[in-house]
This record gives sequence, structure tokens and C-alpha cells, in this order.
Amino acid sequence: MTGVLVQAENIGKEFSSVWVLRGLSVEVRTGEILGIIGENGAGKSTFMKILSGIYTPSAGRLLVDGQEVSIRSAEDAKRLGIRLIPQEFNLVPDLSVYENVFLGNELRTRAGLLDRRAMIRRTAEVLASLEVQVAPDARIDTLNVAQKQMVEIAKALAFDARLLIMDEPTTVLTRHEIGLLFDRMRALRARGVTLIYVSHKLREVKEITDRVMVLRDGAFVCLEPTEALPIDEMARRMVGRELSQVFPEKQTGAGDVALRVHGLTVPGVLQGVSFDLRRGEILGFAGLGGSGRTEVAETILGVRRPSAGTIEVEGRPVRIHSPRDAVRAGIGYLSEDRQGSGILTQHSLVANVSLVSIRKYLRGGLIALRRERAAAAAYVQQFGIRTAGLHARLESLSGGNQQKVSLAKTLDPGPRILIVDEPTRGVDIGAKRDIYRFVHQLADDGVSIVLISSELEEVLGMCSRVLVMRAGRLVAELTGEHLSEEEIMFHATGVKETA
Amino acid sequence: MAVVVPVAHASLLDRLRRFNYAPLLALLVLVAISAVMSEPFRSVGNALNILRQASYFGIVALGMTFVIIGGGIDLSVGSMLALVGYVAIWALNSMTGGIGPEASQAWPVVAAAVAAVALGAALGLANGLAIAVGRIAPFIVTLGTLAIFRSMALYLADAGELRSVNAVYGDMGASRILGVPTPIWVFIGLAVLLDLLLHRTRYGRHVCAVGSSERVAQFSAVAVHKVRTLTYVIAGATVAVSAVFWSARTNSINSTNFGQGEELNAIAAVIIGGTPINGGRGSVWGTVVGAVMLQIINNMLNMMSVSPYLQGTVKGLVIIVAALIQRRL
Repeated sequence: MTGVLVQAENIGKEFSSVWVLRGLSVEVRTGEILGIIGENGAGKSTFMKILSGIYTPSAGRLLVDGQEVSIRSAEDAKRLGIRLIPQEFNLVPDLSVYENVFLGNELRTRAGLLDRRAMIRRTAEVLASLEVQVAPDARIDTLNVAQKQMVEIAKALAFDARLLIMDEPTTVLTRHEIGLLFDRMRALRARGVTLIYVSHKLREVKEITDRVMVLRDGAFVCLEPTEALPIDEMARRMVGRELSQVFPEKQTGAGDVALRVHGLTVPGVLQGVSFDLRRGEILGFAGLGGSGRTEVAETILGVRRPSAGTIEVEGRPVRIHSPRDAVRAGIGYLSEDRQGSGILTQHSLVANVSLVSIRKYLRGGLIALRRERAAAAAYVQQFGIRTAGLHARLESLSGGNQQKVSLAKTLDPGPRILIVDEPTRGVDIGAKRDIYRFVHQLADDGVSIVLISSELEEVLGMCSRVLVMRAGRLVAELTGEHLSEEEIMFHATGVKETA
Repeated sequence: MAVVVPVAHASLLDRLRRFNYAPLLALLVLVAISAVMSEPFRSVGNALNILRQASYFGIVALGMTFVIIGGGIDLSVGSMLALVGYVAIWALNSMTGGIGPEASQAWPVVAAAVAAVALGAALGLANGLAIAVGRIAPFIVTLGTLAIFRSMALYLADAGELRSVNAVYGDMGASRILGVPTPIWVFIGLAVLLDLLLHRTRYGRHVCAVGSSERVAQFSAVAVHKVRTLTYVIAGATVAVSAVFWSARTNSINSTNFGQGEELNAIAAVIIGGTPINGGRGSVWGTVVGAVMLQIINNMLNMMSVSPYLQGTVKGLVIIVAALIQRRL
């Protein structure tokens, strides 16, 4: 621990009078791996974005090497040697590795043409120093996720990054790949590179970091050496309260079988997925990203074509070829990808709420605008949606409020079976609690619910039965005393093999 | 700033804010300027003349509005005008048969018009199926059919002209209702209907949804392919209506010139009317305003004896400026 690379003093960030980060003071030491943990909305990504120039802080100051700096753009950050490796890769799939590494900073010959040879050589050097077996001229879309991850890192290192900020770098990696990534990270640390490691996966944070900072609801909680902080203590400090305060009383509901899925197979995606969902139950689906959870939902909805398998709704076999069939069969889906497949951000709140259920509002073929508006207003009130108006475009709403609209849209047709996929992704803690309450209320009212979530805490807090997926298969069904974070992770990562 | 809105009715302010007044404002300014600058512009006769001429491509632009809101484009409408117009007159002539009293029967005109609309819808269906089911970009498909429809019209007419032998056809083209040329009534009537279709029906909502995000629409139980295909059918049908009234005006059709370049006028009217080229939302009445504005500009340039060769330049500038203004709004 030689010195301090970055010093934040009283850093804060405000969005329309909401402070998403408040009075954060922290020193990042040269050559350390600093973990940052916290729930969604804790302020982790805000802090990362401030360091990497995507946001400018509303308060406080930043010092790099003891000098006060103002980081107003990604370019500024880069000049200071700070690079963010985003969760969603920022690579152009049609270009080669070296073209991506030098994108926007292309080396040129004296004649002004691209100096391909120099770029390839430099890229090869960086890749070699990372011990990555990738050709500098391979196209990005021929690489696997782990290799892309390494290209992102190479992109940063090619320009002498001193501080690498990694946002959830292991989400899409296998256990083996994570091990390799950690080896590289340790090698980088040995070379004096400083790393900030932001993750939900506490076990990995425990394994790789030197110190851990915990944030909660936009504020600093603590900063401790990693060895002084056991995993359960990390979790406790992140949440800062007993789980019972966030989650409603658990459901025991065990009615008839509402949805029976048998042997669902999509070549290369799902392998013989079978389960029963009972009326009024909240059934959890856990697993790592890419394990096939969303794909199960998409197949039930008819977005993907299964090669085998049957679906029964309330004892009757149904054929579902499209989401229209699914809606007709009484199945609703709250999408994990809110903006990509959930809501129309350019359209009004009213038009979104009635998008699926518009038939309900027809009078002689015409939409009864007043009734449609009244229905939307009722959801605004029931869900406590904060909006400038019923006709405000959804893009002007916060993530949490958009999510509530998305939920209203899903519920308006009156589904009897509801699949909610990452229902609280990117929403603040308040909206989160609201959403848990609504989902719980629905189950009480007899709606049968599948809850897909990457947040173990959420699955554990909401469900009394959890199915774990790995590589397109259901690998475990956990209930009662077996229902724990560790147990889920064992099965999700394949450490423990029991079906 | 953000407040919870418990009320079930939209406030007047809310409604005003949603109303896209920019194209209407631009039209009023244009009319005012034209009226000040030109004495003959101010006559009723000139106004009706402008509206009549705007109706022909304006009717096509109404259908184009749906295509564009649905996230597509239809370049084939100009050629389709010629093909449908040709077939309409050919059908009319073969049903009329002979001259004298037989040449003034009305039923062949009605039958030919119905046949034309059916053909227009069928050609639109072909466009739509190739785009939605064949998953080919709308630009490509309709660029192809632009060439195909024109070539078929030229082939059938031997690159020449076809005159109607039925006197009723020409009469219809020149007819007026309450002193107003019939095409204007048709234009306005279709605008009322299509505006209702766009804003007050399930189909209209679905067109906007598909144009805004195909994936969201699909997940929201919208029959994406059907909705998208139908926009081209609507466009084809409006093309046919326009082809009938337009060719009736001259009582003939020239397979080389008829409809030439009208796809650009139709698209321009839609854009000037405030419908974004990327789709997702739009306005039927905006398109009406856009068509009228285009025609006023042509009219003024004529009256100010600006070289006809420069009219395209002015039109082009108006389109670009309109798009620029809308981006800022």
C-alpha cells in the first residue's frame, strides 16, 4: 500500500432533487483491489460513473495523485488513466480485436493512413501480457464472452490505464473463466494497476478484493479490509435491516396445479425443463445469467419454439405459438428487459397500460378514451406511480416508476399466471418494496407467480420453493431448510451436483 | 415537478400540449404570406384548385402515414398509381363496350373503381407480405416493386396512353359537390376515417406500437406481421382511390408520366405534417396540412413565375427545414 491514487471528498450526486449519492469520502490506494458492494440503488454505479466521467458530481471534490481534478468526460478520465469496463460490453461486433482496442484512437502512419501493423503489434503485446489466446485480427463476433471481457480489459491497458473499474465483470462468466479473470486481476495488481471491483457476488468479492466498501441508499456504510468482513456480515451491512422489513410475510399457498410444464426443450437453450406451479404460489427461479431462466419464460410465452415439451394451464393442455396465445391462456409476463421488450418509452402512460388489454376498452370498435384513462389513473394511484401526467411519455419517468407501469400493463388483462422476470432490476429500494408487496398481494388473490431473479435475497425473501437452473437445465428444487443463499449458489455454479 | 395525478380526465393544458400545432401554425403563416404577396392567391377558385391538386397525392399520403408510423416506407406508390390507374380504365373500357348511350352508363365506373381498390389493396398486400413475412427491408421491397409496377404499366399500355371511352368517368373527375371538387371531399372524408382508425381503434394503437418497438409489440401480444402488412394494404387502397379520381380528371392515363415521383410528394407531406420518419407515432391531419402546404408552395412558385426547374429545390428545402424544426420541438 504505497500511496493514494484517487481521493474522493464529500462526493454527492443529485438528480432532480433526489440525492442518489451523498457525502462519500474514500481513498483508493495505488495497487489495491477495492470491492464496492451494495444493493441496486445503493450508489455503486453512480460513484463508478463519476470516476469515469460519465456523470459530474453535484457536490464534493476528487483528487488524483493529490491533485484536484474535474472529470467531465470519458476522455478526461482516460487522460488520468481511469477506465471503466462496463457490464454491457462496448465492443463493435463487426470489427476486429485490434480495431476495437484502438477505436477512436487509431494509430496512423506519417501518410495519414491507418498503421495497422503497429496497432496489431501493440494489441498482441497487451493480449500476451494478459495471457489471452486471441488473435488481434479476430472479429469480435467470433469470440466468446470471456474473451470479449479480456478484449475490454486489453482496450483499457493499451492506453496505460492506472485505475480499472470493473462493473459486475463475472455475470456472464463460468466458474473456470472467473478463476482465470481473477488470476489476471492479481497479475495486474502486481504490476501496480489499481482495480475497483463492483459486484453483487459477495463470495467473489471476498475472494479477490483487498478492501471492501459498502454503500447503502446512496450513503457510505463502511470500508474495511476484506479479511475482517465475513460474507454474511457484508450482506447484513448492505441491507442494513432485517429482511422481514423489505419482504412481506411469506406465502405458503398450495392450491391446485395452475401451470404444468413438462419436458420443455429448445435445442441448445433448454433441456427437458419440467415443473409445477400451484395456485397462489410464488415459485422462485434462480441461476446465473445465461442459465436459461428467461428462456424458459420466453418459451412458455411462445417467443421461442420448443422442439419438445408440453404446457398445461389449469389442467388443460395449451398450444402457445406467440405471446398472443399466452395472453389468451391467461399468462402475463413482466419482462426483464424493460425498455427492450416491456414498455414503449416514447408512448404515454395510458397507451402503455392498455397496450395488451386494449380490447377491454373498446365500445363499438372505438376506444373509450375516458374509461381507458380512468383505468390508468387507478394504477397510478394503486401503485403510487410518480408521473407528470397520464399522457407523459414514459421516458420522463424514473426506472422504478417505469417498472410499475410495466407491471400495470402486464396485470391489466387480468392474468391468472404471472411470470415476473427480474422485477426489481434497476429500481430504488422504495419501489422495490412496493413491487414485492404488489406481487405478494397478487398471490394472495390467487394469481400463480413465477419469480425469476438474480438477486438471491429477493428469491429467498419472496419464495418458499426455489428452482435452480444451470446451463439450460433445472438442477435443483430447494425448500425449507435447504433454502439458503449458499445452497442456491452451489447448484447454480455446479459446485454441488444433485438434481 | 413530478406529481401524482389522481384525476381521470386530461386537463385542457394537457391536451394542448399533446396537440402538435407546429404544422398547422406553419400552414397559417404560409397562407398569410402567400395572401399578402399575391393578389390572385386570395381567390376562392385558387384555393379550391390548390386543395383539389393537394387531394390527389394527399390521399396517397394518408395511406403513407400509416406505413411510416408502422416503421416502414413505401416507395412504390407512384408506380402503383400508374398500374392501378391503367387497369381501372382498361376495365372500365371493356365493361362499357361500344359508344353512344352505352358510353354514358354509370355502373361500369363504379365497378372499375371497386376493381381498382381491390387491385391496389392486393398490390399493397404483396408489398406487406414481402416485408413482414419475408423479412426484407421495406426500402428494398418497395424499391423493387416501384420498378415492377411501372414496368408492368408500361408493358400493358405499350408505353402509351389509354383514354376512357366512358363519358361518366370524365364527368366524375370534374364533378363538384356543393361547389367543391369531389376529390377534396374524398380527401377530407378519408382523413376523418383514418384519423379515427389511428387514434381510436385497437389497430391504430397497434400500428404505433409496432412502429415504436417491434419487440415490445410482440411481447405485448400484438400480431406484428399482420399489423405491419395491413399498413401497406391501406396504402395500396388509398393509391387506388387517388388513381381513380386523378385519371378521371384527365379521362385518360399516360403510363410513362402518371404518378411519376408522387412517392416523394406523399412522403414529404407525411414528414412536413409532423410524423417522424422513424415511426411510432404520427398524425393524419398533420399529413393533410403537409399536403396542402406542398401544393401552396407549388402554386406560389408558379404564380411568381419561378422557373419550374427550381420548384424541386424549394420543395426539398421545405422538407429538410420541416424535419429540422421537428427535431428541435
